[in-house]
Amino acid sequence: MDVVINGEHKRVTPGASLLDVLSQLELDPRAVVVEHNRRIVRRPALGDVKVNEGDAIELVHFVGGG
Amino acid sequence: MTTAVETVRDEPLTIGGRTFQSRLMVGTGKYPDMDTMVRAIEASGAEVVTVAVRRVNLDRSKESSVLHFLDPKKIFLLANTAGCYTAADAIRYARLAREAGFNDFVKLEVIGDEETLLPDVAGLLEAAKVLVQEGFKVLAYTNEDLVTALRLEDAGCAAVMPLASPIGSGLGLLNPFSVRTIKRRLHVPVIVDAGVGTASDACVTMEQGVDGILMNTAIAAAQDPVAMAQAMRLATIAGRAAYLAGRMPRREVAMPSSPTRGMLD
Repeated sequence: MDVVINGEHKRVTPGASLLDVLSQLELDPRAVVVEHNRRIVRRPALGDVKVNEGDAIELVHFVGGG
Repeated sequence: MTTAVETVRDEPLTIGGRTFQSRLMVGTGKYPDMDTMVRAIEASGAEVVTVAVRRVNLDRSKESSVLHFLDPKKIFLLANTAGCYTAADAIRYARLAREAGFNDFVKLEVIGDEETLLPDVAGLLEAAKVLVQEGFKVLAYTNEDLVTALRLEDAGCAAVMPLASPIGSGLGLLNPFSVRTIKRRLHVPVIVDAGVGTASDACVTMEQGVDGILMNTAIAAAQDPVAMAQAMRLATIAGRAAYLAGRMPRREVAMPSSPTRGMLD
């Protein structure tokens, strides 16, 4: 199943949750903020939200800035 | 180098209910390496440290965020909306930043022009109103226009941040009169943000009576960022102390310091 993560097309397992997606990318859920189809998903809910074909997911964190 | 700086009688700086001892805030961008950044922040004495929100790099998922090098228990993380050109984008970034879970402060930037990075004040006001409604403590990066500053205060911003000169320019305080006027008219803290190039700029800025100063490039792009951070710490304290001391009036003519009487025939 194809989804768009941070602007890149990625294949994820059908039926995967957002938490599964983070795990597949080897990302610590405590270290990123997840936006799913323009809606922020809080950390405790990441395991409950299923990903669908074509979904847009943004994974962001803090970087150096002024 | 503790010198006499501890003798400066001053109130702490309070923004949005949080109190800070240092009036210098620093950014975390553009450092040659993370170790230099950490040591420079330490040398600056800053408690408020800005960070930006960006996509995680998926190809290098082990790459650490800046938080790997900063202890949020020791410093106060101030997320910015740098790079946003519309109110909608800035609001989106602010919400993402708050979700990281550290605090509800945001340094709001809505940029209007790529060459100068000057703020889009209409977008800024629009975003500020929405974010204040959502419970954010908004520190609004703006130009040195008094009326915009007043509108931002009316909108409920926790602090207003007029620029000294364009972001990353190092041109210093171009319009001391406007910054002084903003400080005189506003009730919320005024923090000058952007444009400082060297220690004298920080000192002159603080001499205007503003509540604090935020800088990034002046430290990060110095030949020795740690030494410059130290210089900025001292200059910020010196400028504040001079403001509190009250400078002498300017005169267009000389006035002798030594007695004119008692001279030999």
